[in-house]
Amino acid sequence: MQTTVRKWSLLLGAAAVLAVSQVAWAQLTKYDLESRMGTESHIGNITGHAKDAKADYRRYCVVCHGELGDGNGESFPWVDPKPRDFQLGVFKCRSTPTGTLPVDQDLFDTIARGLDRSNMPQWSTFTKQERADLVAWVKHFSPRWVSEKPGTPIQIPPEPEITAERIKAGRDVFAKVQCWKCHGVQGMANGPSAATLTDDLGRPIAPFNFTEGARPKCGSTDQDLFRIFMTGLDGTPMPSFADNIKPEEAWDLVFYLRTLEPQKSKEKAIAKQLALKPVDPNAPAGQQ
Amino acid sequence: MRNRYNLAAVLSAVILVCCGALILGQKVNAAGEGKITGTVKLDGTAPHMKGIDMSKDPYCSKAHASDPGHLETVLAGQNGGLENVVLYISEGLSGGALTEVPTEVPVFNQKNCMYMPHVLAMDVNQKFKVVTSDQTAHNIHPLPNPMINVGWNQSQPPGAPAVEKSWKAAEVIPVQCNIHPWMHGWFVVVKGPYATTDANGSYTINNVPPGNYTVTAWQETYGTQMQKVTVAAGKPGTADFTFKAK
Ligand code: HEC
Ligand code: HEC
Repeated sequence: MQTTVRKWSLLLGAAAVLAVSQVAWAQLTKYDLESRMGTESHIGNITGHAKDAKADYRRYCVVCHGELGDGNGESFPWVDPKPRDFQLGVFKCRSTPTGTLPVDQDLFDTIARGLDRSNMPQWSTFTKQERADLVAWVKHFSPRWVSEKPGTPIQIPPEPEITAERIKAGRDVFAKVQCWKCHGVQGMANGPSAATLTDDLGRPIAPFNFTEGARPKCGSTDQDLFRIFMTGLDGTPMPSFADNIKPEEAWDLVFYLRTLEPQKSKEKAIAKQLALKPVDPNAPAGQQ
Repeated sequence: MRNRYNLAAVLSAVILVCCGALILGQKVNAAGEGKITGTVKLDGTAPHMKGIDMSKDPYCSKAHASDPGHLETVLAGQNGGLENVVLYISEGLSGGALTEVPTEVPVFNQKNCMYMPHVLAMDVNQKFKVVTSDQTAHNIHPLPNPMINVGWNQSQPPGAPAVEKSWKAAEVIPVQCNIHPWMHGWFVVVKGPYATTDANGSYTINNVPPGNYTVTAWQETYGTQMQKVTVAAGKPGTADFTFKAK
């Protein structure tokens, strides 16, 4: 018994050292956090209050995200990807441009959705009020919400009709902006750059594999896909393409991405009819 | 009626501020004559700069067919002059010389799958541009400390428009391309006038008003060194630095 305990504390000690070196960026104290206890969130007509989420956070989130929100909870050593460090104010799932804060609705949606292929669970049992309170709580950890406003959500035009032309055009976009460098020509996460990718903490990270039927972390509707590649996933190699894909072309690309997935869809049926081939990385520009 | 008074008050305030700016501006121009010059050298043999294997992207390896790419962490010239050292004034600046933001827009180019320049210095809040000359896609991904500056990550496929940005606080920020992992460079963001050494290790910091200063030299592998310098009216200050090869 004695030795087990000692072993555990040794392990925890080692983990703590590791943890400290991992999150050397975090510098906030309890005192800083107290001063931001009045943080609010606004979801439609619901107002969330940070102070009301204290108990829920303790109970459901602290094991991973830690007392100070630095992602350094008890589970830190065993979780990969690492729990988000809320003090940094950097988020993967945003409707806002790269390098800006997400809007409250983004965090609200994320908490309910969970993050696929990570230890971040789906939280569908909270009431909307509780979830809004948790959003305010998440925000109170980062001084960024005091000094900055969230970004302006990107515009998503109405979704057009799925056509063979659009799917072919989407394939050209996939080739032209070179999604395949990371995701691979068939979307199998095996592009020439896939093996060396690391996240902002320097940990290896794999691109999304479209062929496995997995759910993207930031949502799986057509609008979600549109948003994902236009805003990028901050903190990861997945960049924003907002400057290089026009909104119209973005819909074409969404339709093309659907043809890579294993699920049955109108897009997949059309691709089959067209006998659409994967992009050719060696084709000269504009000649797919 | 009230409104009109307010308007008058605002107008005179605007005029005052404009005059103030003009007068201050002149002061800065006069200060603009002062400078600090010098050379930065390497003492000893420069470490071997390893070649880069670019075979994962045929565009990149073809671009370097006759001139293989190599690391750029220590670039020493024939006479030992160190290139890409950033010099800035870490102590002694005040007023306009400290707060004035240069209007020129430095450019960071992605060319033949390398960064040109490898080190880009700039002032806090100074606009800079990231452009690409390549026919292969890059993503430009600076990694600041999120407690100091806010990072971002943008793709730049062939023909992409320039990305124009600035940084809100002084920091040495690594920048990388995730698509080409060997592409690694620096944004060195400082407060006040600065300079970067050329291939001979020479530099000139312009726009320094007469006064006593501490100049800091930053080199990505060897770290920083500091020196006290005096700039007098019509007489530039000089500060030469030597880094020991490791
Ligand atoms: C079992 C561990 C675990 C628990 C419990 C947990 N999280 Fe997370 N959370 C994670 C991990 C891991 C990530 C990062 C996942 C990734 O990067 O893909 C994350 C990320 C997040 C993010 C960031 C999303 C983004 O867009 O970057 C938010 C917000 C979040 N969690 C909120 C919560 C809240 C609120 C709770 C409690 C109700 C909670 N989490 C409980 C592990 C957990
Ligand atoms: C520099 C490499 C790189 C490039 C180029 C790239 N991606 Fe990604 N992408 C990634 C990585 C890495 C992830 C995984 C991020 C994560 O799991 O947190 C990802 C994730 C995704 C996801 C899933 C996001 C989620 O919520 O889980 C989609 C969809 C996606 N990318 C689409 C695209 C499209 C479309 C393009 C081209 C327009 C593209 N990517 C270009 C690296 C890249």
